[in-house]
Amino acid sequence: MLYREAGDFKTSYHADNQTFPIKFDRIGFWITMAIAFLVIPFVINDYWANAIFVPFLIYAIAAIGLNILTGYCGQVSLGTGGFMAVGAYACYKLMTAFPDVSIVIHIILAGGITAAVGAAFGLPSLRIKGFYLAVATLAAQFFLVWLFNKVSWFYNYSASGQINAPERFVAGVAVTGPNTAPWAQYMICLVFLTVCALIARNLTRGTVGRSWMAIRDMDIAAEIIGVNPLKAKLTAFAVSSFFVGISGALFFSVYLGAVEVGEAFGIQKSFLVLFMIIIGGLGSIFGCFAGAAFLVLLPVALKVLGVDVLGWPTDLVAHLNLVIVGALIMFFLIKEPHGLAQLWRLAKEKLRLWPFPY
Amino acid sequence: MSADFLYGIEVIINGLMAGVLYALVALGFVLIFKASGIFNYAQGVMALFAALTLVGIMEGQVPFSHLINAIFGTEVHHFGWEVPALLAIALTVLIMIGFAWAVQRFVFRHLVGQEPIILFMATIGLAYFLEGVGDLMWGSDIKTLALGLPQGGSLAVEEWTAGLGGDDFYGFFIDKLDMIATIVAILLVASLIIFAQYTKQGRAMRAVADDHQAALSVGISLNFIWVLVWSLAGIVALVAGVMWGAKSGVQFSLSLIALKALPVLMLGGFTSIPGAIVGGLIIGVGEKLFEYTIGAPFLGGATENWFAYMLALIFLVFRPQGLFGEKIIERV
Repeated sequence: MLYREAGDFKTSYHADNQTFPIKFDRIGFWITMAIAFLVIPFVINDYWANAIFVPFLIYAIAAIGLNILTGYCGQVSLGTGGFMAVGAYACYKLMTAFPDVSIVIHIILAGGITAAVGAAFGLPSLRIKGFYLAVATLAAQFFLVWLFNKVSWFYNYSASGQINAPERFVAGVAVTGPNTAPWAQYMICLVFLTVCALIARNLTRGTVGRSWMAIRDMDIAAEIIGVNPLKAKLTAFAVSSFFVGISGALFFSVYLGAVEVGEAFGIQKSFLVLFMIIIGGLGSIFGCFAGAAFLVLLPVALKVLGVDVLGWPTDLVAHLNLVIVGALIMFFLIKEPHGLAQLWRLAKEKLRLWPFPY
Repeated sequence: MSADFLYGIEVIINGLMAGVLYALVALGFVLIFKASGIFNYAQGVMALFAALTLVGIMEGQVPFSHLINAIFGTEVHHFGWEVPALLAIALTVLIMIGFAWAVQRFVFRHLVGQEPIILFMATIGLAYFLEGVGDLMWGSDIKTLALGLPQGGSLAVEEWTAGLGGDDFYGFFIDKLDMIATIVAILLVASLIIFAQYTKQGRAMRAVADDHQAALSVGISLNFIWVLVWSLAGIVALVAGVMWGAKSGVQFSLSLIALKALPVLMLGGFTSIPGAIVGGLIIGVGEKLFEYTIGAPFLGGATENWFAYMLALIFLVFRPQGLFGEKIIERV
């Protein structure tokens, strides 16, 4: 009886349009936020930050980015890894070129640069559709990784070809470099994720998001009713790449600290993020979180179970991980093509009618 | 003729042979795509899996030995016998047919009528699954394929062509393995075409490719045809896996050739067998020539990683259905 619209009277348009129309959801949202901002930073330790929370937050940003492009606008992209690399290298160049500017601005600028690159690679999407586009985005993936490998200007001519994040501070606290406290890593990622999710959620409910969805559902029909496909597709590519770029920048500067481009941003990364949004649910912001959490937690859980509890060799567990991820993806596509988000939606529908479903 | 020009020709010949191998992988894609509309990303992993299985059977490895050892604490790894190559190939073909049946029965039968992009993503899942199973079954270390195929450059060709140029030209360097691969690929394509044109099952396969419902209405079993097509793709994958595996060892990177086959398909069009072959040749020659003339001297090399995709991308902007693909007509 808690989970009801009944009795929750909306008296203004503003209240009627809010993200969570049900009071229970709103309370749940604020409790989650309170735990995320006020509890976890104080109890987090190095293992939890590095193995679970920081990768989860960063992948969630990337998944939001890809979900905007693939889930909302229907353009399948296999170039996520390449765009994350653009974010990472843009962030690195900015950090080393302008050491006095705050890293927050660098990360946002890195997102902006990635957005420009993404829009450029999105141009062919006006002519190429479906699979052909998916393969065309592979061009971005391989070309960008090659570029960052070959042109030494991007890694400041370092001998190893790696990029290393120098130490930078936000409000006097180190957030990058080797001396970063786990809670600082966690907080900066959390703040970026919260802002990104809010922006994404509101973009997708507005005019822009509706034009994306119209293009996704049928682009010719959308064009006829007056959606500009050039604008819709390019904004989708740009916004998506902006988020992906931010996640790449955070991935490099906050999470890893040192990056070799082929290893960190290879084709596997593109697929990983794609799996996240498939398992989580295409066209759903909640799905991005669910998918990212699932695919970050699954290997950790398997590792704990296989290596620590059963004492199996690490490579065996890694192979089992592949089998399980692959099988799960097929299972989800067969049983629930709309992913975890759809299960969540169904559960909520049931809750609203409970205990009298008729 | 100047030596540079002759080396250019050598690059083209080697490119053509690499292209044949790309075409071989692309062929597997086209077969499945035509008959069922599934864009099978797992084709490359199927090649890897087939090659791993072949090596494993030949060496008499115990399947899943790592897993068994980990669970039961035993120390098994080999049966202690070696299987002759031909028998091993026959067994591998059987396993690939069994795999085709299982894929059809447990995955794609439940996905009939879904959107193409969902099917595509399912094959990505399949690729992960199969890769994991392959590693679990046979271990993930690099294996050598000892089929007795000749290796190294062909001296005969080198001596025979050395006379073409001046003193600074030593003849064409052509890998024997590439020559064999080319011959095998030509034989395979020829037999596939004969199968598709002149046998009952081949005709049924083409009918399904033309129109599922019409084929169903004249009594063709879709399930049987799909299993057949996946089996054929598995056999093509085995051939591709053997050729690539003999060249560079049987290892994970083998599955990445599937990615190389994608631009080949885009160039040729997803629905055309001749397209796959011509596309493969164009990509093979194109990337070698580009690397030789522009990539290595001016761009620092390794342009082969992305050239094929860029070429396909630019090409598609002008001709979205590929060289031989059916014209895309869109209606509301």
